[in-house]
Amino acid sequence: MTTRHAITAGFVPLLDSALLVVAREIGFAQEQGIDLTLLRERSWASIRDRLAVRHVDVAHILGPMPIAGNLGLNVPAPEMIVPMSLGLGGNAVTVSQALWQKMANNGATANLDARTNGAALRKAIDAQPGTPLRFAVVHPYSGHNYELRYWLAASGIDPDRDIEIVVLPPPDMGDALAEGVIDGYCAGEPWNTFGVLRRGGHLATVKAAIWRSSPEKVLGVNARWGRANPEAMAALLVALHQASLWCARPENHEALASLLARPAYVGRDAELLLPALNGKLPVGGGEVRAISDFFVPNAKAATFPWKSHALWFYTQMVRWRQIEHTAERQRIAAETYRPDIYRAALKHLGLAMPSASAKVEGALTVETPVGSSGALTLGPDGFFDGGRFDPDDLDAYIAAQSAG
Amino acid sequence: MPAQQYSRILLTAVAKMKPSGLNVLVIDENRIRAAIIEEGLRDAGYDQLTVIDDMHGLARRIADLNPDVIVIDLENPNRDMLESMFQLSRAVKRPIAMFVDKSDEASIEAAVEAGVSAYIVDGLKQERVRPILKMAISRFNAFSRLNRELEETRGELENRKVIDRAKGLLMRSRGLTEEEAYALLRRTAMNQNRKIVEIAQSLVTAASLLDPGGKE
Repeated sequence: MTTRHAITAGFVPLLDSALLVVAREIGFAQEQGIDLTLLRERSWASIRDRLAVRHVDVAHILGPMPIAGNLGLNVPAPEMIVPMSLGLGGNAVTVSQALWQKMANNGATANLDARTNGAALRKAIDAQPGTPLRFAVVHPYSGHNYELRYWLAASGIDPDRDIEIVVLPPPDMGDALAEGVIDGYCAGEPWNTFGVLRRGGHLATVKAAIWRSSPEKVLGVNARWGRANPEAMAALLVALHQASLWCARPENHEALASLLARPAYVGRDAELLLPALNGKLPVGGGEVRAISDFFVPNAKAATFPWKSHALWFYTQMVRWRQIEHTAERQRIAAETYRPDIYRAALKHLGLAMPSASAKVEGALTVETPVGSSGALTLGPDGFFDGGRFDPDDLDAYIAAQSAG
Repeated sequence: MPAQQYSRILLTAVAKMKPSGLNVLVIDENRIRAAIIEEGLRDAGYDQLTVIDDMHGLARRIADLNPDVIVIDLENPNRDMLESMFQLSRAVKRPIAMFVDKSDEASIEAAVEAGVSAYIVDGLKQERVRPILKMAISRFNAFSRLNRELEETRGELENRKVIDRAKGLLMRSRGLTEEEAYALLRRTAMNQNRKIVEIAQSLVTAASLLDPGGKE
């Protein structure tokens, strides 16, 4: 196929840039007539800036960032839309050996159960009042920040009073942990595996244990570019869908790890990238645990941009006082995610697609077939504390969380 | 919010703001570029100036320095941390604006193009800060230009070395003089419509394949 579209995409060197990298390197973009250029950035701030001045048309971006931008929280962000998600899960919480020892003394186990280990962290904190622990996250408007806070709060730990949360670049987190500057961090891969294998850290829990099948990175699109180039955007979604299928196949995991290991992409050893792909994570002390749905690139409608995901992120912005809730802001958040564009771009492939644009998050305790245009199963998607988020009852969810 | 931790820092920052004279902080891992910007700003009369080129303990040092204006290279991975400090200041109603003027698209574009970003304490008059950004943009551009020229010079040196080695090979294996060897390279390049350096490189590569142990 001849090249019909030239698209420049920004990405940050992380495991979940995989779909974009594979779309380019395995030829799925080319098959769709796309000349896909990938531009590597070292911060989310510069991803945002390059989107704003149109150095890039689209980007691998933190799920809450386009919403924050559209709400005016993150200047100079352009108007953005999210027509696709780039997978589910992929993060973990890593703690220092010293903190893990204290947690283990209080009942934490290497099975990474969020409830047990959260309770253990709570007891470890209670045992040493006056010296607050410090945890790092990658960005204020990130799944990492919100899932860490959710886990802490549901474990009886006030994330603002009982501990300190700071922002650090993920490649610095392992060193900061080893030097005792921080006691733990919530980041994506390969930075937890790096922290465990190279900096003596220990996994405390994982995103998949805090909220199974939960949203993480998305494809952020400059809305102006999207409106002007609907065909290019649709072609890119097809290429990324093909890439997600390729990434999901176990026989491709080694090749994907080597591909991402190249200096132009993540630039770290393949052995640090493989665990997240095959779901067998080194947790610390030489132990390896198999974790279901650690990172899901394709199954369970993993690339579908659920409005309920956008709205959950919005409720957490309100919960942690980044913004005050109004009906208008809720509407802006919901409309940032565009399942309509996703459906229109992919329907000719005859895919099994969700017929709804939002779902009750946390409602599925087991894998469940759902009403859709084909055979599709979703879930489990439970929050570890049994919480449920019904996007039709958003006010009640916000009220309950602010009371808690 | 994690506001509490950093708002403390920000509150002090606001309280200590000087009535006159701007406290400017330049953050750049590239020492040479940092020096070029520092020189420019000093020449323009900004004498309350600090340069940080080591990112260790950056948050604490920013808090201690309490700058009115921060100039930082766009590619610096610490920008998310830096911006989180400002975002948190929302909680104390003294937000810090990013860039000189968020409504001024041209200046944002020029800054991103040059690879620099700037942050100012909110409430500061934009006119007072604009010259700083302009200076930073022009110095960043000058630095890139210098770098490019240096790269080109380096490339030319490399090319000359390869051509010299190819000439040496021809002189030894075919008993040519230096001029004859060069003329042969040039003629071959012209016939194949390629650059002399490409022909020379092929020859050097081929020679090393044929005689891996030998010196060309």
